[in-house]
Formats: sequence, C-alpha cells, structure tokens
Amino acid sequence: VANLINPLVIGVSIGAILLLVALGLTFTFGQMGVINMAHGEFIMAGAYTAYVLSDLFGRMAIFVALPVAFLVTGLMGLILEVTLIRHFYGRPLDTLLLTWGVSLILQQLARDLFGAPGVQVDVPGWLQGQLTVGGVVVEWVRVFDVLLVAGCVTAIWFYLQRTRQGRRMRAVMQNRELAGVSGIAASRVDQRTFFIGSGLAGIAGVALAPLGAIVSTLGQSYIVDAFLVVIAGGLGQLRGAVFAALALGLLNSFVQVWTDASIAKVVVFVVVIAFLQFRPQGLFVLRTRSLT
Amino acid sequence: MKNRRWIGYAVFVFVAAWLLAGSVGLQEYYVGIFPKYFCYAIVGVGIALAWGRGGMLVLGQGVYFGLGAYTMGMYLTLSDLEPGKIPDFMSTNGRSTLPLLWKPFAHAWFAIPAIVIIPMVIAGVIGLLLFRQRVRGPYFAIISQALAAAFVIVLTAQPAFTGGSSGLSNFSAFPVVETGQLREVYIGVAVALLLAFLLGRQLVRSRFGRLLVAIRDAEDRVRFLGYDPALFKTLTFMVAAGLAGVGGALYVLVVGSVTPSLLGVVPSIALLIGVAVGGRASLIGAAAGSVAVAYASSTLSDWSPSSWTYLQGALFIIVMVFAPKGLAGLISSGRDGLAARRSKAPAPVPAPADVAEVGV
Repeated sequence: VANLINPLVIGVSIGAILLLVALGLTFTFGQMGVINMAHGEFIMAGAYTAYVLSDLFGRMAIFVALPVAFLVTGLMGLILEVTLIRHFYGRPLDTLLLTWGVSLILQQLARDLFGAPGVQVDVPGWLQGQLTVGGVVVEWVRVFDVLLVAGCVTAIWFYLQRTRQGRRMRAVMQNRELAGVSGIAASRVDQRTFFIGSGLAGIAGVALAPLGAIVSTLGQSYIVDAFLVVIAGGLGQLRGAVFAALALGLLNSFVQVWTDASIAKVVVFVVVIAFLQFRPQGLFVLRTRSLT
Repeated sequence: MKNRRWIGYAVFVFVAAWLLAGSVGLQEYYVGIFPKYFCYAIVGVGIALAWGRGGMLVLGQGVYFGLGAYTMGMYLTLSDLEPGKIPDFMSTNGRSTLPLLWKPFAHAWFAIPAIVIIPMVIAGVIGLLLFRQRVRGPYFAIISQALAAAFVIVLTAQPAFTGGSSGLSNFSAFPVVETGQLREVYIGVAVALLLAFLLGRQLVRSRFGRLLVAIRDAEDRVRFLGYDPALFKTLTFMVAAGLAGVGGALYVLVVGSVTPSLLGVVPSIALLIGVAVGGRASLIGAAAGSVAVAYASSTLSDWSPSSWTYLQGALFIIVMVFAPKGLAGLISSGRDGLAARRSKAPAPVPAPADVAEVGV
C-alpha cells in the first residue's frame, strides 16, 4: 500500500506547489488575460524577501515574510500594471514579450543584488523533520505548503464570492463594458486584481524558499508548468486551477514511479495537449456567447 | 505600387551581392563569426512568417532548431565511426549497442532530408492538434513554450541517447575552423539565407500570404468565408519549423557542436528579439534584425554579460512600447507619411478593429 500512498502524498505536495504558483496567474492571466512572464520573477522576489527577513526575525520569520512578501511583490505588480501593462490590453502577445523583458531585468537585478550563487533560507526548527503515519514519510515543510495553499484558496474564494470587491472583479472579467456602464471603475479593479495576483506570487515565493536554493531563475523553472495549470483548468476558474494542479501533480509523481522525472514532464505535456482536444477551453468554462 | 516592387528587387539584389561579395572583402574575423548569425536569421525568417504574418507567437522555435541540429549532429557523429562501433558518450553512459533510433541517421539520404522533414512533421502534428481546436493566441504561445521546456529536459536526461547536457560535438568530418574553409562556409550559409528569404517572400506575396494576414487579423471572418484557418496556420507553422531545422543543421556545421542549452525556453525567446527589433512582419527586417541582435549579443556579452542582459530586457520593452512593428515598421510608416504629405492627400484611414478579435 505504501507503494501507492507515497506517490500520492508526493503528488499532492507537487500539486500544492503548482497551485500556489498558479493561483496568482488565475488572477492576472485568468481574470485579466495578461500573460505576465515576470510572474516567475515576482515569485523569486518573494523567496528573496523570505531570505532577507529570515536573518532579522529568526524562528517565526516565515509568518512575517508571508504578509511582507505579499505586499512587496504586490507593489511590484501594481507598478508594472500602472506603468506598462495598462497600455497593452488587447495585445496579449505583445504583453508576453514586454513582461519577458521585465523578467530579464529583474533576474539580472537579483543576480547583482544577491550574487549569482544560490542562497539558503534556514528552515525553522519546528518545520524540520518528518511526519510518519503508517509507514508513509512526509516532510513537515510539505505539510505546511499544503496547509498554506488550502488557506490561500479559501481566502481567495471568500474574497471573490463573498465580498463586494470580489464581485466587482468578477463583473469586470465577465463583461468589461457592462461593468463599466454599471458604475464600476474598471481600471481601478484592474490595478487591484494585478496587486493581488502579484502578491500571491510573493506568498508562493516564501513557500518555495525552504525547499531548495534560491537563485535568480527560481521562478522561471515553475512558471511554464503554472501556465499549463491555468490553461488546463480553464481561464480564471479557481476550482479549475485546483483540480488541474492536483491532477498534474499526481500524474507527475505516478509517472515518475514507473519511469523518471524527464519522461514525466513529457507525459504531462502530452496529456495537457490531449486534454485540450476534448476541452479546448479547459476544465471549467465560463459560458459566454462570444465567438472564442 | 509597381514602382515600389521594383525597388524591392533592387534592394534584394544589392543585399545578395553584398552578402556574397562580403566573403571576399570582409576581414577574416567577420567571415568567421557571421555564418552563425545567418543561421539565426534563417530561423528569424520563419518566425516572421509565423508570428508577423500569421499571428502565431512561436515561443518554442528552439525545439525545431534543435531537431535540425541534432539530426545533423547524429549524422556527423555516425559518419566519423568505424563500422560496428558506437559513439563514446554512449559507452560511457552504459550502452553497448547503437539505439534503433540512431540507425537511419548514418545514411545521408535519410539524414539530409530529415533536417527539414522531422521538424515539419512534428510541427504539423502539434499544429493540427492545437489549431483544429482553435487553441490560439497566448494559449498557443505558452504550449509551444512548454514543449521547448520538455524537449530540453528530455535531451538532458537521456545522456545515453543524446549526449546529455554536453550534447554532440567533435565531428571530424567538418573541421571547418581549422582547415580554413571559412569563406566556403560563409558563402554556403549566406546562400541558404537568401533562399530562405526568397521562399518566405514568395509565400508572403502569394494568395496564401494574403490569406495568412487575413487569418491573423480576423480569423473568424476568414472561417465564415469558407476557408479552414487551421490548415493554413498549420502549414505556416510547418514552414517556420522547417526553416528553424535548416538553421539548426547549418549551425552545427558552422559551430561544430550542439547542446541542449541552446534550445530551451530562454534561447527560444532570444530568437524572437531580433525579429521584433527588425520588424516582425517584414522578412528582410526579421533577417537583418536577427543578425544585428545576435552580433550585438555576442559582442556585448563578451564585454559585460550583465549589461547585455539589462539591454536585452530593455530592448523587449522599448520595442513593444514604441515600435511594435520594429524598425521596418517605423521605416515604412515614415515613408507612407512622407508620401502622403507630398501628394497632399489625407493619410489613409486605418481600418476599424475587428470586434471579434478584441476579446482574444
């Protein structure tokens, strides 16, 4: 049984990390249609925030780092939106290359600030070690990440479904003109959406920080998979992202049991393409009467 | 209009003559480095077709570049071997026999056409699968990028098949640099670039090219007119992939090695920057931009790697903000403006944006 449960646990943990990275994208890409290639660099900035704060705050640094990273990367996102992306709505491909340029600059900035070799965040004592349940070993860090992502998803769901601001956000996403006519300041909502989406990247960065060395390309290694999650899940669909991240995580870990990590990557890619044959719009679709 | 076409031919003949004559007058140093940039320019012509004309942002051209390069690399590796032997990297990675996949690449009649055919077939399959389902715009871009990521991971993780992260190198068949065949290589690659350009130009000028632009600007309208956009997009994507394959194969001949680090997500996007700077919709702009940016890249990154990264990032931003159509776009809009002022006619009214495309 442990043979089956172990990949299950690892799969859930991979899925949780994928989801954490993809959550911010469901806002910026899903809700606004902006492909922000610099999202990965916001994650990297979040991880470096955790690194800087871990020296200052010691044991409980991670709890300080989460809100601080959210603010730091959220502000970075807000600045990006106000200065550049705002002028690029309706030109998704240009946005992609524009933000790629931003991401190159941010990466080099990180190398100049923190040095090219990776830095480590010490895992606080209470997160070290493993949880052993019936022969299955789980690292506490991974348990923490799963709990964190569960908390984030709940908070986002509550925000989108139960608050006034969230309702406005959904309105702008579903029909921008109509929302504007109803008195919603769409550009203000855009800025807020971008702030939250980018801020979530910071939280993902803090969560990723203890899992390995922090390098300037940290975000880039996750971003491609995260975009696949959003596409497979359906644009702007929170539950779609949850299901897709879990499915891809589990697929990854189970294929790895039979073959190896590189084949698993290819299998995931092939499965996503095959899946798009059946559901080109992703797992969940917002029903509209538009052509696309 | 006829006048302008005549000018186009004159420019082409001038550039062609300059490219070829350059091999005689040019300093040894430049004859040595430029063929490599011409390889990127061949890829760039393909990108200009797919992206500039067809509206498909191909973020993973490294895959097709790599397929061409590895095909050539495998052929060169095998042609160095005595019969019955296997390449060194295979035996050090624990293989004792040549993989079945490698066998056909020993024959030139298979390997040389395969440089074009393998990338085109793969692009054809992916293109049909995606475009049939109307996966387009950013979705297509991201999936093509994901393919580049997966491709590199596989190449790196299977060293017994592919040479792993050190790739394929040490071909004795083409010791280009040592034997002083620089000028021959230069002319060969320059001719290939000119042929690629002529092919692209022919496509752009044909009805196919017009349809492609129509699909880019209003895909749904083209569908309503009874055409199948998926088919035309797939064909264009295949041509771009084939050109990338040729570029990759020539790159191996020029440089003498291929490694996965040339093919991943980052190098694939780097292929785009030259095209974007030169002008995505203009073939000559794309080719010239690719050469210029590749030259600037290697010169500047020798001088100071970090400043080149900053500059590259800034280039992406500046081009997208101020000149989305690149230098070629600036030149042609300047020329149109000048012509309009001279004839004192009002500038042409831009066509209204297509409603169906705004939401993409």
